[in-house]
Amino acid sequence: MAAITELIHDYLRHNKKFPHVLCAGCGHGIVLGALIRSIHSLGLSKDDVVLVAGIGCSGRVAVYVDFNTVHTCHGRALTVATGIKMANPKLKVIALMGDGDALAIGGNHFIHAARRNIGITALVLNNSIYGMTGGQASPASPTGSMSTTTPLGQLERSFDVVDLGLACGAGYVARATAMHALLLGKLLEEALTRPGFCLVEVRTPCPTQYGRKNGFKTAVEMYRWYKERAVKRERWDSLPEDQRAQSFPIGVFRDAPQPGLEERYYAACSRVQEKTSCQQSQ
Amino acid sequence: MASKKRSRKELFAQGNDAVVEGALLSGCTFYAGYPITPSTEIAEGMAARLPYVPDGVFIQMEDEIASLGAAIGASLAGRKAMTATSGPGFSLMQEHIGYACMVEAPLVIVNVMRGGPSTGLPTSPAQGDVQQARWGTHGDHSIIVLSASNVQECLEMTVTAFNFAEKYRTPVILLLDEVTAHTRERLVIPEAGEVEILSRVAPSMPPEWYVPYEDGLRGVPPMPAMGSGYRYHVTGLTHDRNGFPTSRPDEVQALISRQFRKIDQFFYDIQLTESYLCDDAEVAVVAYGCVARSARLAVDLAREQGVRAGLLHLKTLFPFPRPAVEAVLRTCPRVVVPEMNMGQISREVKRVNNGLAAVRTVNRIDGQIITPQEILKPLLRG
Repeated sequence: MAAITELIHDYLRHNKKFPHVLCAGCGHGIVLGALIRSIHSLGLSKDDVVLVAGIGCSGRVAVYVDFNTVHTCHGRALTVATGIKMANPKLKVIALMGDGDALAIGGNHFIHAARRNIGITALVLNNSIYGMTGGQASPASPTGSMSTTTPLGQLERSFDVVDLGLACGAGYVARATAMHALLLGKLLEEALTRPGFCLVEVRTPCPTQYGRKNGFKTAVEMYRWYKERAVKRERWDSLPEDQRAQSFPIGVFRDAPQPGLEERYYAACSRVQEKTSCQQSQ
Repeated sequence: MASKKRSRKELFAQGNDAVVEGALLSGCTFYAGYPITPSTEIAEGMAARLPYVPDGVFIQMEDEIASLGAAIGASLAGRKAMTATSGPGFSLMQEHIGYACMVEAPLVIVNVMRGGPSTGLPTSPAQGDVQQARWGTHGDHSIIVLSASNVQECLEMTVTAFNFAEKYRTPVILLLDEVTAHTRERLVIPEAGEVEILSRVAPSMPPEWYVPYEDGLRGVPPMPAMGSGYRYHVTGLTHDRNGFPTSRPDEVQALISRQFRKIDQFFYDIQLTESYLCDDAEVAVVAYGCVARSARLAVDLAREQGVRAGLLHLKTLFPFPRPAVEAVLRTCPRVVVPEMNMGQISREVKRVNNGLAAVRTVNRIDGQIITPQEILKPLLRG
């Protein structure tokens, strides 16, 4: 434990004013810890890592860590990240988004970043609610869940982030929860080493806004819920229908990465440039 | 192919082509955009040329919000970046224009104005986005807005736009209109070295001494390229000198004031105008964009008929070139402001007028250019 804390301190910004903005029981810190550990174990240089965040609770996470960090507009993390990656493909670009951020206001950018297979690791911190603004329904709020904007219960269906990523063609798609920090670290390591667009969804509890409105008395209860409901993908596939409805799968859903757009673009450019210089020398 | 183009010094080209030439001359190596009439030729030109430029990147994004977002990302990563669009796309970009102002990302946004509001007149000229360029994004901010009236000027003002963006670490908006963008005429492409090209100042201190938003005499902090070892936080929230979010009134005040000051204190460098026969004028036209060309002919025609007319051609629209306009208002009893809108620059002229001169407007909003004859009429009528 002491070793982990020491490691984390190596990556936090010493001149940043603490305490942080996150609530007690929030899972975002666990996710950030896992991200730092995976970056550390891959031996990446802090100078080469760019953490691009959107708006919301997840957006506030980037400021605490000593990488190149960008806090963009609501939903636009992937657009800025795309510009950075295309401009300097050597950088390891990570987009950190919330569920409302990535799926509602940034939904169009999400599907197109996955479609064009830009070399970004997209991390969706899914707490099923808009936490920062006080608990409104998000596209990931389950049907029937309560929020300040769904006093009758959520009547709409919710997005499944993994299904969406798979449908849009992401080369690497995985899911973990804040309760499965070690699995999360492993998935992040994989995502950070694969080329192209890689998606990792993390189910993370929001005891303050989601929990209180949906019958969770404590944060611990929420983590217990994740522990009970999250089932390894391999086992989940063989579960009977009724048990599947009561749980959700975690693990790797696709691991078939392809060269990222930036790689393909620069390769295509050097081909035409070579051709031109050949013609000139003839 | 690219080298053949480069050696060709004179072209018969449209304004949009001239923007492409100007951007490449300025060292632009990143373009992100979305197709929209009447600006599409800029995207097409950059798509064709950038693959032949070392490290040149062209990317077509899913919309204009994403286009400007990508340009901002590239700018942070050290590139000279641009995007181009037209009315509806410009409306979508407003969110990121504010972000670029707040994080002080140098980049160029070309808006080829067409008739509006909404989808409006996609293939007809207008000048309806002038105040939007100044005030379109929310919150109080300073910004540089330029214009061009002919094909050669499209090239020159694109170079100027990049220079101002880099010098003052700010987004610069270049407003064209459909006529200027699509008119084909002679374009002379200067050779590299013939025009002054400016680039942002990189930090010279070691990374651990670097304070990303430190104030100085110019008010423009040095800007590192992402990945060069200077790690800092970029945010659209009001931030302190270290880049960290703050709501402390003294820090908020200091940030926003500096962002205004860094542009406004250099008004003499930024406010570009061209005066034509204004010295002895009894009536002057204040115009910009394609209307300035009609105005020039109108002035000549008026002189032929014995009326001492003059033209003040505005190339910089914002910060509004107050000293030059005031000089005209002071010496000419009558001033005419023709525009292809209901009066957006004439508002500014009237604001600085203070009863000095009689200001008349000529407005057209039917998608047609204002003709010299239309401007001549109020020049002749005393």
